Amino acid sequence: MSEKIKNYPGEALETRVIKEGKVPTEKFRPRAKFAWSAGIAIGRFLDELKNGKIIASTCSKCGRIMVPPRVYCEQCYKPIDDWVYVKDTGVVNTFSVSFLAADATRLKEPIIVAIINLDGASEGMGIIHRMEEIKDWKKVKIGMKVKAVWKPLKERTGAITDIKYFKPVEDV
Amino acid sequence: MFGKKRVAIVGAGITLFRRNLKETGKELSYEAAKMALDAAGLELRDVKSVVMGSAPDAFDGVHMKGEYLADGAGAYKKPYTRVFVGGGTGVFTPLAGWWHVASGQFDTCLVVCEEKMSSCYPHPQFAFTTIFDPILERPIGMNLIWIFALEMNRYMHKHKLKKEDIALVSVKNKRNALDNPIAQLGAKITVEDVLKSEIMAWPVQRLDVSPTSDGAAAVLLASEDVAKEVTDNPVWIDGVGWCIDSTNWTNRDLYYPDYVEYAARMAYKMAGIKNPPKEIDVAEPYDPFDYKELHHMEGLLLCKKGEAPKLTREGVTQRDGDLPTCPSGGLLGCGNPIAAAGLMKVSEIFWQLRGEAGKRQISGDPRTGVAQAWGDLMQYGSVIVLRR
Amino acid sequence: MSEVAIVGFGCVGFRPMTPELSYKELMYEAAVKAYQDVGINPRKDIDVFITCAEDYLEGFSIFDEFVPDQLGAALRHLFTVSGDGMLGLATAYMLIKTGQFDTVAIEAHSKASDILTYMDIIAFGLDPIFNRPLGGHPYYLAGMEMNRYMNDTCTTMEQCAQVVVKNKKNAIENPYAAYGANVTIDQVLCSDMLFYPLKKLEISTPADGCVVMVLASENVAEKLTDNPVWVKGVGWCTETPSLETRDWTRAEYTRIAAEMAYKQAKINTPWREIDFAEIHDLFAYKELQHMEALKLCKYGDAGKLIEQGATNLDGELPINPSGGLLGMGYGLEAAGMQKLLEAVLQLRGDAGKRQIQDAKVGLAHTWRGIPTATGAVAILSNIKRGEK
Repeated sequence: MSEKIKNYPGEALETRVIKEGKVPTEKFRPRAKFAWSAGIAIGRFLDELKNGKIIASTCSKCGRIMVPPRVYCEQCYKPIDDWVYVKDTGVVNTFSVSFLAADATRLKEPIIVAIINLDGASEGMGIIHRMEEIKDWKKVKIGMKVKAVWKPLKERTGAITDIKYFKPVEDV
Repeated sequence: MFGKKRVAIVGAGITLFRRNLKETGKELSYEAAKMALDAAGLELRDVKSVVMGSAPDAFDGVHMKGEYLADGAGAYKKPYTRVFVGGGTGVFTPLAGWWHVASGQFDTCLVVCEEKMSSCYPHPQFAFTTIFDPILERPIGMNLIWIFALEMNRYMHKHKLKKEDIALVSVKNKRNALDNPIAQLGAKITVEDVLKSEIMAWPVQRLDVSPTSDGAAAVLLASEDVAKEVTDNPVWIDGVGWCIDSTNWTNRDLYYPDYVEYAARMAYKMAGIKNPPKEIDVAEPYDPFDYKELHHMEGLLLCKKGEAPKLTREGVTQRDGDLPTCPSGGLLGCGNPIAAAGLMKVSEIFWQLRGEAGKRQISGDPRTGVAQAWGDLMQYGSVIVLRR
Repeated sequence: MSEVAIVGFGCVGFRPMTPELSYKELMYEAAVKAYQDVGINPRKDIDVFITCAEDYLEGFSIFDEFVPDQLGAALRHLFTVSGDGMLGLATAYMLIKTGQFDTVAIEAHSKASDILTYMDIIAFGLDPIFNRPLGGHPYYLAGMEMNRYMNDTCTTMEQCAQVVVKNKKNAIENPYAAYGANVTIDQVLCSDMLFYPLKKLEISTPADGCVVMVLASENVAEKLTDNPVWVKGVGWCTETPSLETRDWTRAEYTRIAAEMAYKQAKINTPWREIDFAEIHDLFAYKELQHMEALKLCKYGDAGKLIEQGATNLDGELPINPSGGLLGMGYGLEAAGMQKLLEAVLQLRGDAGKRQIQDAKVGLAHTWRGIPTATGAVAILSNIKRGEK
């Protein structure tokens, strides 16, 4: 944006004009399908979720209890030493109240998403999940105590969604 | 001076930033690259190497899109690479250009950043779902705005900030953008307007956010010898820095960007900057959301942690203040074609230091400027220090 | 001027699939091996980390988000080069030559077994307006080029088939290879005709694996290892993404890249001065076409040379002693690293039964595959300066 240059290239189009097909367009839907191997650490994490438990891994050098678990401690750069269960309760580290779905469409009832620091893990070790059973979203606070609500055993498949959501320990 | 050779920016080019541009990605790259060459008075045969920066392939809808854009970027039968660090790409790509020349391998390097987000149908937002971990995060139904909202909430909580403090940034930048010929969203708004705008993901509201856009920018780098032949006014790349934090972003306290600080320290060390607030005349931190400008100002060590809102309130970051910040209008005012937006910031510093920024020109003979970009899952900081 | 050397490596694979490891764990294993080979701590001693990856081969956007932890790069300086591992080597080379960085780690891997629709993704790399709408399996492009190449050079089907025989046989002695086998020319000629004139056994099959290498500047390299492999020259080039205007018989991108590398390495008569070459052979005919572009023989002579056995393991100029991609498996963007790996093994004297006597200078070459015309060349040697 130099004052020496008078004209900047670019022909703007309105989205409406494109959607109405007034501009030549080519459409294509890619077939991009993947099946990622969960591997050792996340494989164990998912298996434990099916059992209704949350597992973490520990590093003896820095003493951290890490969740989501991993096979190497990224700070010390060494293999982890042990596996240990952490609780399914925790504290809200930060949260957001979203009126947008994943594809940017507007929602009537908001989704509340939060990073929850789990009890039993090292300080600051959070996982991301939803919060529900909240009557007034304006009362959600950082530092609130929450507890996981699980799917019934036969509905669990070994996925992060085996936890349906976290709910506040006290009514909100 | 460091390095085998000093490297200068000798020309820059940029297209309009708009929600939808008719030009293809190749054409946008060409327009920006040609403008940069013309500005320097050079031709394609004077270009010895080319570096492309462009963010996710998912937007343009082409796998290996670096290859696809190569001819538009002038890389016909030339050494060509593409670097990619998410949102940090726009400031990172000129760093890549820097080492092409500073290594002595090439005398010139054409750096091009292009983004065509409008190709993603029905809305570019949707492509962002693929940046999340497929096992731990995507099943939650992640939307990109959420990670910013989570960070913004944490930042506000830690420093006990109100929305009013943060909205001032949006007001400032959109107003600055009115004087920017390529800007998509220059406007005169008030703090009230921001506070009344639609809630997207609390605490993020519509006027806190920059839009998706199409656009391209380019800069031409040259070694000291060539730069001195080509122009009376080279702008030297005196400091480069970049840093990435761990993938586990939910294990970090998001109120402060360590990765920006580490990148800034790397760049300041090279540039010999010991007191950033005093030695830096103009700054372009990455501002996809208004609170991000504050977050990054602190990470760039331009003020103490939590102090950025105070500086904004006091007018220090206005164009006529002591530390003009985002005089271009930033992403909030100009639009956010990811990689091109970062390079736009670098170009703004380039033009400011040369005194060519027209209505946006800051006074007082600025000599040192810094531009910064952020990227990934709250992980990436890339920083460049330019000097005249 | 400081020279640059490869001081260590780690390799996992290459295997048809690796279901027991996630891609992160695959990278961790290779990285640990590399750092142990050199004897360094990545948290302190490595200045820059480079990963070479493409989003659509991994299945996530912004792949570098998921990389730092397993390479030891959390809160350190890492970035992605969207390209083949050898482009990462070229970048590492330039970084060290700037004089600002002493050690650089480069990584590239293939988790092809995680990709369910591999060919659709390759097709996704075609120009969306001119080529993709024609549909079809993109390897028809290789068939077209092979046809033209055979026509112009009078190379025969048997000569192309011999590449498969030679390479798969070499791979039997390579512990890093996935698909070593004893095949005959007849078996190759009788295999399914897939894209006339390209037959099934002439196409490399993808394999999983990861290679990590550490490069260092001269002073540091000599402290870290008794066996540095010096990078004497690098070259890389993109001819054009356009299918309609590129050269269909000569691999121009390879010729230009080779000229750049030879000039830097001060090599005038490649056939005499190079002891062995690792050449990209995704398709059998490509080994011959690339040989000519690399000026290892006159244009059109490659077929005759392989017929005479000149490029066998015990021949005058062994080509693909590792077994090439036909024998090792196609490591996607790690293909260049597979080539560099063999070069390092040979020059260190660690190639076991494949060891070429008195190997002093090796050439490693790569191509980015269909539909690109991008390649890179590196000249490596275990001799530092001057004396041959």
